Amino acid sequence: MRYEAPDTIDAAVKLLAGEAGLARVLAGGTDLLVQMRSDVVSPDLVVDIKKISELRQVKEEAGGFRVGAAVTGAELKEHAKLPKAWPGLVEAANLIGSTQVQGRATMGGNLCNGSPAADSVPGLIAAGATATLVGPNGRRDLKVEDIMLAPRKLALTKGEIVASFLLPARPARSSDAYLRFIPRTEMDIAVVGCGVSLTLDPSGTCTAARVSLGAVAARPLLVEDAAKAIIGTKLNHAALAKLEAAARAACKPIDDKRGTVEFRIDVAGVLARRAALIAQERARKA
Amino acid sequence: MAKHHVSATVNGDAVEFLCESEQTLLDCLRDELDLTGAKEGCSSGDCGACSVMVDGRLVCSCLVLGVEASGKSIETIEGLSDGEKLHPLQQKFLEHAALQCGICTPGFLVASKALLEKHPNPTETEIRYWLAGNLCRCTGYDKIIRAVIDAAAEMRGA
Repeated sequence: MRYEAPDTIDAAVKLLAGEAGLARVLAGGTDLLVQMRSDVVSPDLVVDIKKISELRQVKEEAGGFRVGAAVTGAELKEHAKLPKAWPGLVEAANLIGSTQVQGRATMGGNLCNGSPAADSVPGLIAAGATATLVGPNGRRDLKVEDIMLAPRKLALTKGEIVASFLLPARPARSSDAYLRFIPRTEMDIAVVGCGVSLTLDPSGTCTAARVSLGAVAARPLLVEDAAKAIIGTKLNHAALAKLEAAARAACKPIDDKRGTVEFRIDVAGVLARRAALIAQERARKA
Repeated sequence: MAKHHVSATVNGDAVEFLCESEQTLLDCLRDELDLTGAKEGCSSGDCGACSVMVDGRLVCSCLVLGVEASGKSIETIEGLSDGEKLHPLQQKFLEHAALQCGICTPGFLVASKALLEKHPNPTETEIRYWLAGNLCRCTGYDKIIRAVIDAAAEMRGA
């Protein structure tokens, strides 16, 4: 195995695109090194992207934030503005693994690992984040919900890297929340995860919303019907009931050791309701 | 494939070692530098027995490549005591009998020190969440938590 740590994104793309064997990007390594150790993947080339400054920065852009794909969970949490602006997304990223894992794990890696249960991905989808990809043919932007297609299958072409995520500008009284169900309180993989981002008008009516579910289908889902259920409402009883029903209707889960189909569908509705109420409470103060 | 020549700082001392691309930082500490305090438990980032600090950040050294240590400052359990004088955390772990077999202890100590540097007066809940990535199969955790609370108080001069 060859290890390279270029300091420009173009050099990284060139290395990845030019590798005839199996190439892997190394960001935090909290998935890749585990897969290498257990012989799930045996790369011929590993390209460490952490020396590329563009990928390691959080900066304000167009009224929102551009977050480098190789920024760690711990760095997101310590950022001066992000936890207040996007509390749900930062929570989601910080639910991944232990303190030790938080020191290394990145949202770019969480997305590109291609797990339907990735915690930060529903957070990003709910946030309306756009990923900037850089590849041999230049740069392009893709909505995060369009990147993961199926378990371990991404919409990236050979040599393409997720460079950063743009979290859009949004009006006052906007906030987000992410909840996941696991059988204990820490150190587990989502049985169901749900991110909700919303905006309220001065009267408290929801004017915009995005709802995303993880671990209930082959890929993290953007559930537009769930958002529609609460837009134009004050999240009253009837709207929340519709939200729950829409979230459940979107689920196409599998049975596995973490949870049954029935359980996952039921919990998806519960989490959608609770995450929406938390986001609403936060938006009132934002 | 030629080995990588890595220069780093470990517990304040400049070190150099050669490693293969696949070798983890844990492998390098133990096999190349003879620093066997960090333990190999799971090799998957679940148990925390290999916890070290890299540039001031708590990480599992089994999830870091040795070559990534180039130019970095590493702190391991071997650097915790001041010569023969134990760190307050080490002293309190002994006083509270916060260990039995001892395999997890270096990881708990390194992780606890990282916590107390950031939060000198953590609540029990904060300690338990911070240490959730350090597994102990002997003590049931309670004595470890008591030892950290006690060490934190001593370090604050309380």
